[in-house]
Parts: sequence; C-alpha cells; structure tokens
Amino acid sequence: MNDPKAGFIGKSVERKEDFRFLSGSGQYTDDITLPRQSYGYFVRSPHAHAKIRGIDTAAAAKADGVLGVFTGKDMAGVGGLPCGWQINNLDGTPMKEPKHSVLAEGKVCYVGDHVALVVAETAAQAKAAANLVDVDYEILPAVVDTATADQAKTAVHDIAPNNVCYVWGCGDKAATDAAFTKAAHVTKLHFANNRLIPNAIEPRAANAAYDRAGDSYTLYVSNQNPHVERLLMTAFVLGLPEHKVRVVAPDVGGGFGSKIYLYAEETALVWASKRIGRPIKWTAERSESFLSDAHGRDHVSTVELALDKNGKFLALRVHTTANMGAYLSTFASCIPTILYATLLAGQYTTPAIYCEVKAVFTNTAPVDAYRGAGRPEATYVVERIVETAARELKIDPAELRRRNFIKTFPYATPVGLTYDTGDYDATLTRAIELADVKGFAARKAESTKKGLLRGLGYSCYIEACGLAPSNIAGALGARAGLFEAGEVRVHPTGKVTVFTGSHSHGQGHETTFAQVVADRLGIPLDDVDIQHGDTGKVLFGMGTYGSRSIAVGGTAIMKAIDKVVAKGRKIAAHLLEASEADIEFANGEFRVAGTDRKKAFAEVSLAAYVPHNYPLDKLEPGLNENAFYDPTNFTYPAGSYVCEVEVDPETGVVRIDRFAACDDFGNVINPMIVEGQVHGGLAQGIGQALLEHGIYNEDGQLVTGSYMDYAMPRADDLPKFTVETAKGTPCTHNPLGVKGCGEAGAIGSPAAVINAITDALSHMGVTDVPMPATPHTVWKTIRAATRV
Amino acid sequence: METMHYHRPASVADAVKLAGQHGDDKILAGGQSTLPSVRLGLLAPTGWIDLAGITELQGLCMDGNNVVIGAMTMHAAVAASKDVQSRIPALAHLAGGIGDRQVRNRGTIGGSLANNDPAACYPAAVLGLGATIQTDRRKIAADDYFKGLYETALAAGEIITAVHFPVPAKAAYVKFKQPASRFALVGVFVAQTASGVRVAVTGAGPGVFRVKALEDRLGAKFAPESCDGVSVPAAGLNTDLHASADYRAHLITVLAKRAVAAAA
Repeated sequence: MNDPKAGFIGKSVERKEDFRFLSGSGQYTDDITLPRQSYGYFVRSPHAHAKIRGIDTAAAAKADGVLGVFTGKDMAGVGGLPCGWQINNLDGTPMKEPKHSVLAEGKVCYVGDHVALVVAETAAQAKAAANLVDVDYEILPAVVDTATADQAKTAVHDIAPNNVCYVWGCGDKAATDAAFTKAAHVTKLHFANNRLIPNAIEPRAANAAYDRAGDSYTLYVSNQNPHVERLLMTAFVLGLPEHKVRVVAPDVGGGFGSKIYLYAEETALVWASKRIGRPIKWTAERSESFLSDAHGRDHVSTVELALDKNGKFLALRVHTTANMGAYLSTFASCIPTILYATLLAGQYTTPAIYCEVKAVFTNTAPVDAYRGAGRPEATYVVERIVETAARELKIDPAELRRRNFIKTFPYATPVGLTYDTGDYDATLTRAIELADVKGFAARKAESTKKGLLRGLGYSCYIEACGLAPSNIAGALGARAGLFEAGEVRVHPTGKVTVFTGSHSHGQGHETTFAQVVADRLGIPLDDVDIQHGDTGKVLFGMGTYGSRSIAVGGTAIMKAIDKVVAKGRKIAAHLLEASEADIEFANGEFRVAGTDRKKAFAEVSLAAYVPHNYPLDKLEPGLNENAFYDPTNFTYPAGSYVCEVEVDPETGVVRIDRFAACDDFGNVINPMIVEGQVHGGLAQGIGQALLEHGIYNEDGQLVTGSYMDYAMPRADDLPKFTVETAKGTPCTHNPLGVKGCGEAGAIGSPAAVINAITDALSHMGVTDVPMPATPHTVWKTIRAATRV
Repeated sequence: METMHYHRPASVADAVKLAGQHGDDKILAGGQSTLPSVRLGLLAPTGWIDLAGITELQGLCMDGNNVVIGAMTMHAAVAASKDVQSRIPALAHLAGGIGDRQVRNRGTIGGSLANNDPAACYPAAVLGLGATIQTDRRKIAADDYFKGLYETALAAGEIITAVHFPVPAKAAYVKFKQPASRFALVGVFVAQTASGVRVAVTGAGPGVFRVKALEDRLGAKFAPESCDGVSVPAAGLNTDLHASADYRAHLITVLAKRAVAAAA
C-alpha cells in the first residue's frame, strides 16, 4: 500500500492514524497537563430562567486549594460570544442579537448557563468549592416550547419581546401561492424535527496557559476549527492581539458540529489564565456536555406540496419555526435558513418554492449545526411530503420521484443554488437493486403471516457541501470567509509535511489527504505527513464542518502541490539543462519529454535545499508552497436510500430489516473511509428517527440529561447496511472532482425510516409518526388509528 | 472528592459486625448502582464495607431441588453456569441480559436484590420463581421480601448471603428494554412451579409485583392464549418519559403471553 506506482487515489488504504488511536497513544486535550497546572470548574445555573440578585463567592474563595473565583461582574468589560452569520428579517431589519455573556451578567437563560468559574489546585477542589458559591436567584417563568415561544408571556431577552430572533423568507412567495391555486392535488403535513444532543465521545475540554515572558497565550481545546476559534475569541470577545494567542486542537474525539463553536468555557479559561498566572484545565463531565454543548435540529414545520394531475410538482410551501435556544451560538442563525431553505428543491424540478422561517429564543441550550445542519431538516421536509403525496395519489413513490427529477445540469433552483452535476435516476435505480425492492412484496407477505407489519420507504437527498464560495456566503450574511488554506513543505530528502486548515476529528484526513499528496507527487505514502489543528503550525484555516474538508481543504493542498511541481520543473530544467517547457512530471520524476533524462522528486528537492548547482539568479532556494482556495460553488452530493422496517403492532417496536444506500460523492479518494462515514451518518440519522430526543420539561429542566434517558443508537439497533458509492458524477469545479461524504448518512436516513414506518402503517390511515418513533410512540399512533 | 474509609471483611460475621459499628457505611456488593449514585452526588456514604473478599458468598450449588446462588455471585457467572442453564434456563437468560458485559462482570445477585431497583431484572426471577432469600440471620420468602421502591424486608446491617431458587417445571423471562438505559421498561417472568403458576412483573410499577389475573388463567391452562383478553389495570403503574402507565399495562399481557410461549 506504500508503493506509488499504482497510485493512491481510489484505494482503501488503512488509516495512518489508527495505530495511534487504537494503541491508546492519542493526545487529547485532557491528556495534556502543563507545568503548574490548575483546574477550573463552572458554576452553572440550575434554573432555566432567573435573575441573579447576587453572588456570594466568599466561602468558595476561602476553600481548600482555591486560586480564584470569577463571575460575570469580573468579566464585565469583555465582549459577548459572537454569532457569525447575520440573517435579516423579511422587512430588511437585522435579526435580534442579545449579548451572549461569557459568564452570566444579571440573568441566566438556560439550565447549564455559566455563572461563575472556580479555579483551584485540583479538579476535585474546584468542584467542591463551586458548591460553596452562593447564587441568589429570582426564578422567572421559562419559555420552552418551540411552536409557541412567540406567544409566551415571558421574554427570554428584553430586546426580543415576543422571543422572535428573526422571520426570514426564501423563494418567490407570490409565484408559489399562485401555483397552489392551480394545483390538482395538495399534500400537507405538519411535523417536528426533534432536538438532538450531539454526544461526541470525547467531551469538550480546554487548557489555557498565559506566558508572562511573551505576554501570550496558548489554548488547547477540543475544537473543529482552531483558527476560527482564535479569531472570534481575540477579535470579538477578549480584545487580545490575534498573533499572541496560539490555539491547538490536538486529537479530538468527535465533534459532529458541536465543536465548531466558540464556547464560554474556553474563553473564560483564557481570560482567567492571565489573572491566575497559571494554566487552567477544564474537561466537561458528561452531564455538563448534555446541558451545555450546542444541540441540533428542533424545528416545527408545516409543509405543503402542490401537484398537477400527472404528479408533476408545481410548488412547495414551507413554514418553519426553528428553536435557537437561549442565545445565538456561532452559526446558529444560518442553519435553519441558508443551510435549510436553499435545499428545499431537493432532487426535483419544483418550479416555485417559498419558505418562511421564524427563529425563536427559548430557555434551552443554544441550538446550532449538528451533522448535516439544516440539510437533514430540509431533506426530511422534501422526502416526507413527496412520499406522502405519492401514497395519496397512489403513484409508486420511486416513480413519482423520477417524474420530477432534475435531469439537465447545471440546474438553477428557485431557492438560490445552482447544482453543477448529478444523476439521480442512476442512484435511485441502484438503491432499488441493492434493497431488492422486487422482493419486498414476498417479504411483506411473510411478515404478515407472523403478525408483523412491513413497510418500505425511500429518501432521495441532496446536500450543499464544500462550504462555501465566500462572496456568495458574504452576500447571504456570513461574517467570515469560507475558503481553506494548505501548505506543502517538501524537505531536502523529498519527504513531505502538509499543513492543512481542515481539522480531523475522526474523518481520517491524515490518510486521505496523504493519499492525494502521495498520488500527485508520485512518492510513497509513508513519505507524507499531514499536520493540522495548531495555529502555531498551520498558516490559516476555516476548519472542518459541512463536509468541506476534501472539497475545499483538499483543493487548497492540490493548488500548493501544483506550485511545488511548477517550481520543481524549473529546478529540473536547470539540472537537466533543458527548457522548462520540455519538462514533464509524472510518477515522481521530472523528465525531459521523449528522453530518458530525468531527475527524481527527491533529487530536485535536495537541489532546492543544497543549491550549489541552482539558478539562484532566477529562483529562490527551498521547496515550500502554500495556497488558499475559495470554491466557486458548493458541491452537491446526492443519493438514494431505501429503508425496510418490520413493525410489531402489539408493542410498537420498529426493527430495521434492511437499509440500502447508494451515494454519489463524485470521485472517491478512500472508499473504505467513505463507507465508514456513511455508516456513521446512517447510525446518527437512524438514531434521530428511532431513538434520540432532547426533551425539556415545562420548567426548562433537561429531562434527557444522561444516557439513562437519552437513547443513543447502539450496534444492535442497526441493520447490516448495504452501502455503495455510485460511479458518480464528479464535481465539475474542483480538481479532484470530489463532493464530500461526511454528513450524507445523517441527512438522508431519517426520512427513509419514517417513510418506511408510515408505509407499514398506511393501511390504518396513518400518514405520520413523530420522530423519534419509539415503541411507545408507534404503539400510540397505531392505537389512535385503530380505535373506532 | 470526600475521603471515605474502606473495609474488606473476610467473613460474613465480620461484615455484620462492621455494619453494626459503622451504621452510615454502605455495603458494597459489586457497586453497579451504588457507585454511579455516589458519582452523581445522590449518595454520600461515610465509608464502604466491601463484601468482595468473602469467599463463602460466592458460587453456585445444587441443594436438592434448589439452585443456590451465593450473594456475591456475578451476573456473568450465573449466565454461564451449566447448572443454571440446565435447571432454570430462564434464570441464566435473565442474568445474561442484565446491563452490559462490564456490569455483568461486577454486579452481583445479592447487590441487585438488596438495592431492589424497580426496573431491575433479578427481582422478577426471585418473585416469579418463589425463591427464598437467605440472610446472615434468617430466611425470607420472596413474597415477603420486596416492599416497593428500593425497599426490602432487610433490617439495617442485615446481609444477604444466598438465594435459593426452586427449579420450576417451566419458566421464561421476557424483558422489554427501555431504549436508553436498557433496564426493563417492563419485564415479565412466568413460571410453572410446584406451588402453581407465578407471574412477576418488574419495571412497570414502584417495585416488582405479581399479576393474579394472569396467574389464575395460566393456572387453569399454561398456554399463551390464556393471556388473551387479560387486561392489567394501569392504575399505580409508572408513567415516565419512555412509557405511559397504560402502555406498560398493555405490555404486561403481551410479554406474559410471549413468555409463556417461550417457556413451553
């Protein structure tokens, strides 16, 4: 697997990082203990909504080992945690942005809100002292429910008296309304997209150190994008010079979006580390993760699809209320808007689409991107309504989809995107084969004999990945660029270290990116190392989210490789005494075209660093290139999923009997890693459909705050997946032809599962089952449908 | 973290003595419920009396028509025991389905019964089989042992030493798992014993209980269809995040029927 002759792209190379992870030699944030280490613990609000009348820290400050106790008053001069995307209301006014204080100032807005930081010699002392911080709360009524938050008598924030953050619209309302008046058939559904709690296996952690000698800071943090973390923290919150802060995100045990954001904890630690004069470490307990990691989803939507008499889609109308939680997390505002409504065309030629989104504040944990981020919600809307329409019209659901598939590309949707390429018929056809849909009727008959109900559901998803063209994002309200940076450092011996702004926290970049580099340079895979996650090493980066790493980060590296090869040709031309135009580079060799005169890659790199025979008058020595890449369009991974379930009507238990996925990710670098990503995504999507639900009671207490009550999917909840990557349609606008695969499974699968369950129950007149479709929920649905 | 003292007696007599001397200490019998409670701050004992070093509390044996299981026998050992598998397969199956592999290799039958979690599996077997609980000082019949939510007939400092399970003619346990914790949302143990049919239910109420209506029907005819039409009242059953009382009531009959089918 190390021999470059056969190339590395498209090979299931075993992951380079796995030895480290499987042998326990990974270095996670909590593994890093610095000289003179101290420990922080956060006092958190036990109330969903309360005024803080006063905080008495005297007893805590005197407790054993305590080095400092800090509250919002101490940090009063510090800025709030920023939101990175401005969404405007329908009338053009900007969204409401309440200050998100690092430590609460006068008020707490959700259970888990940060009230004080206690720093002590040991973690146990910090925790014990935190119990001595006496907070005088005046409890206020809590706003919890997404659908009714705008009618609550209480305001979470004074600046948003009806709890509305914004009301935003997308698409042509008039054209959509007009199309509905001409429709032969209208299908309508009203449903929620359940709140999820991310649950990365490594809880969030941070260790902040202040260096007096350099008046500088180092922050180790479990995070997906250290440069963005640093930029937001220094420029918008703490007012520190950006170049005096180094942020390191070392090995990170999963993020799924929840570690994109700048959180209060690490910000408070950095700030306090200078006051204490010692490094401060904090690692979340699992119960803190449940309360304070940004949650995902939590939409309530009314969806209407207008069709003509032939089943052609005329228009789609969607009204969504999205829960922002108590404050705007880093990307919260763009998730139910830019990453949601723009995907409502799905794979279809629906000519008119209008979506209106009302974002509301509630006394719950902030809600932000979670694997898929807006696109799972959009896919759920589109694929549930399409499947339901097919049943109402008694058209085969696959056939109805085919009648409406986009078939010519590029295709401009009515909601702002231009799909560059795709072949939706191909993935659907293959998914149907993989799922053995032909055999479904016979299997259903077998189930019926056993008293079980069998159902089949489709989901044909599309996602916009490879975030994102910065100019388009900027026009839509982004307050940051969305390019990526890469650096290819060729050492004198021809070994290569690559620095990428993409961050790997489970994705396998150290392997995939190395495959790309080794393939293009024609050198052994072991000669390439990938470095990431350290602002002290990597020139810049926008981080990993939105399935962007290979499409954007990989392309930045490709561009840097191109520069290395271009310079190498100049050097080789000199060494070979040939014209640069005659030098070809292939299989790790610079060769004078049509001759056997050549120089190996390592000979050229050596010449660059030992420039005795070198064109010093025209060329700098060294072989080190960097590049920034800003994509010209999103990428559009798409695919078809088919889920088959068996429902036990006596108990409501849903068993997924089979699940087939055919994804078009364009070109694939490492099929094994891609398959693993799809498996993981499917597990999370099926988890959303059947098991997971973040629930607050009416007082705003999180009642699913542990694994005793929050059901994560386990291996035996899942079927053996039949996963295939389509030959595919390569992305047209990046050199690797890649689209990204990290989120697809989570995006496409919930609708397939619920479509299968509702199919199994359709003879009872059931059209919808809420997520998660737990046994109790399914049983209640059946009972309600069958009760005369 | 508070400092606690830790005792590891070598005999039951020493353990009982220590329990008398240190009334606020907690007896540790595997710790699979107790230690998480301490970590969550729900329990703050002054110290521990760990029974793990008492060899007389460990192991299984046959005593006439009884399977006798030492109180400190781990779930994994019960599940793997050839004696249990051949005499009371339902009990081996139940033990093999408790928690996960780690829990089954730490948790003990005595610990589970002393704790009497309302959703634990072992209470269903003990009550369903009409077992007898042997303590350091007396024998307690299953019907007299369970007193509701985390309550038992044990006196302060009284230590379970063994459980005597009479071998039934037929028995089966069907557990319907709570999706998150995988404790019993409802678990039904059905047994045809020398003293009649017994149906014990865990997970559904504040503690394990028998269902007379099902026992009467099954006593007349031990067959799945005997459960048909038996409606268990929902009153008094648990309603929580995962199931309503009426769902639990419904499941009792469904699971009892499946247990009878499995036992046959």
